[in-house]
Amino acid sequence: MKIYQNLLEALESLNANKLRSALTVLGIVIGVAAVIALLSIGRGATANITNQIESIGTNLIYVSPGAVRQGGVSGQTSFGNLTMADANALATLPNVVAVAPENDGRAQLAYLGQNTNTRLLGTTPSYQQLRSIEMSDGSFISDSNMITRSSVIVLGATIAQDLFGGTSGVVGQNVRVNGQPYRVIGVMAPKGGTGFLNQDQQVIVPLTTMQTRLAGSGFFRGANTINTINIQMDNAKDVTQGKADITAAIRERHNTTQGTDDFTVTSQQDALSTINSVTNTLSIFLGGIAGISLLVGGIGIMNIMLTTVTERTHEIGLRKAIGARRRDIMMQFLVESIVLSFLGGVIGVAVGWSIARLIGRVSLGGSAITPVVSLDSILLATLFSMAIGLFFGIYPATRAARLQPVEALRYE
Amino acid sequence: MIDVKDLTKIYRLGSVEVPALCGVTFHIDIGEAVAIMGQSGSGKSTLMNILGCLDLPTSGQYFLDGEDVSKKNDDQLAAIRNKKIGFVFQQFNLLPRATVLRNVELPLQYLTNGDGRLRKEHHEQAMVILEAVGLGDRIKHRPTELSGGQQQRVAIARALVNEPAIILADEPTGNLDSHTGAEIMQLLLKLNQDRNLTLVIVTHDPSIAAQTQRIIHLRDGLIDEGFQPVQQAAGGSQP
Repeated sequence: MKIYQNLLEALESLNANKLRSALTVLGIVIGVAAVIALLSIGRGATANITNQIESIGTNLIYVSPGAVRQGGVSGQTSFGNLTMADANALATLPNVVAVAPENDGRAQLAYLGQNTNTRLLGTTPSYQQLRSIEMSDGSFISDSNMITRSSVIVLGATIAQDLFGGTSGVVGQNVRVNGQPYRVIGVMAPKGGTGFLNQDQQVIVPLTTMQTRLAGSGFFRGANTINTINIQMDNAKDVTQGKADITAAIRERHNTTQGTDDFTVTSQQDALSTINSVTNTLSIFLGGIAGISLLVGGIGIMNIMLTTVTERTHEIGLRKAIGARRRDIMMQFLVESIVLSFLGGVIGVAVGWSIARLIGRVSLGGSAITPVVSLDSILLATLFSMAIGLFFGIYPATRAARLQPVEALRYE
Repeated sequence: MIDVKDLTKIYRLGSVEVPALCGVTFHIDIGEAVAIMGQSGSGKSTLMNILGCLDLPTSGQYFLDGEDVSKKNDDQLAAIRNKKIGFVFQQFNLLPRATVLRNVELPLQYLTNGDGRLRKEHHEQAMVILEAVGLGDRIKHRPTELSGGQQQRVAIARALVNEPAIILADEPTGNLDSHTGAEIMQLLLKLNQDRNLTLVIVTHDPSIAAQTQRIIHLRDGLIDEGFQPVQQAAGGSQP
């Protein structure tokens, strides 16, 4: 018996029970759509985060105090053991383009009636080059600001918007940081980004100012300690060597060439691979959950096929009487269940794609995720759904094929 | 054509053995029209199933067209049913979703050694048979749109389409009124004569049986010799 005939009969029989077939297909549609939508959103999110990190630069290295201990709890605890002297020493290493030490914390900003709590960053002028910060108005902090420990501040675009309702005419105004007046010398151009990566929601003061004037407020550690040293290499390829050089240099300075390091060196690339592995795990996890619904859909197919086999016992008996072999009957029912699951797969891909695009249009948390519907996820979902049809169709089909013609014909 | 030797069939229901056939021997020639009669429980359905290769005997031999079919496996039996036997059932047993033409073509789809005939040739072959049973103008109808007599004609066409050696009809007129039943009987007998088809009809209607050349009468799983004098020619044995 030819596949064509099987297909024709499968469609005929599915057509005869439209509602039932549609509901069975729906089970697979939901499963496949969920897989497609979740995978594409996961991929979109990964791409989004990767882009953001790459926009900051893949040639950056960070040094922070404290060590990552092996085995037990890993933690970067700030002991305040990185100093300006460390930062200055790193600037002399080969292939280092810029070094920008920074301290960060949170601060309460006020202008007239407007209040906002935001991330406060104390750093040096080289931070502008290192993070490729563009100014929309005014200027970044200068060396003289550093030397005189001036009470000047550079605002992120969102902060300027929040406090002043706009970015023009802001330079020269005074804002209060934890109650002390600071003169605004510049406003940074918007960069975008989400959550902790949002560079538009921070303000920057000279590092020396932060260390001396804002240190006593209880938020920030005093003296000349540094939370993080940012280092920019001239090329992403130099990052690995740079990390080794930096580690050696600080070990030398801290006399920890033997024993445990009291600092941690990470690069943007490390962060990238960490985040990638996290988002990949998340995608697989989401896909797995969606896969369970596909499995449930498969059980639905099995259920319906078993019902169909019972309903058509008499027909199976007749077909056997006129010469159908086991494999003919088997094929007939297998083709029917595969057609069901294949239909579900195709419709599911379409629905999943639409859902993904819909979510792409709705911005979540301020930034739109662009879902990536890839060919391999479509193939995966379609083939997997067909495999499910095959797998869950085998048992009912075998049951049909094993029926004895005499008993099947007698069945009413 | 049909040669049955000492055929027995014993059903097992749990630990109880129920004998349905207790040693039946007879012979049916090519082109003969034979009726198998008997009351319910006489074993005539069991005999019909074995003759139709739907079931295997417990012991004994059954030669169909010179071939011992009592030792075949499922798929071989299916092939024999497909090529050598045409079934006509009391309930017609047509596929309700398929058209008349498709119903008649069905056995052609199950030909084991697909002889490469095209679908078009299947159509033509089915059409010829449908014309012969007088339904050439109903090919696109579905069985539910036909009368009982027409449905049985479709079933007969289906039985004939693979040019079988024998036609096995199980109460072919049981679901029809007497007038239509007579027409169907006439058609079967005409096919029997025109095509030299071996015709075996299982029935409990004496007026149907009387139209055949010979009657095999079963009682309690044995051939009842005393019932029909013609039976002696068949060489039936009495244990």
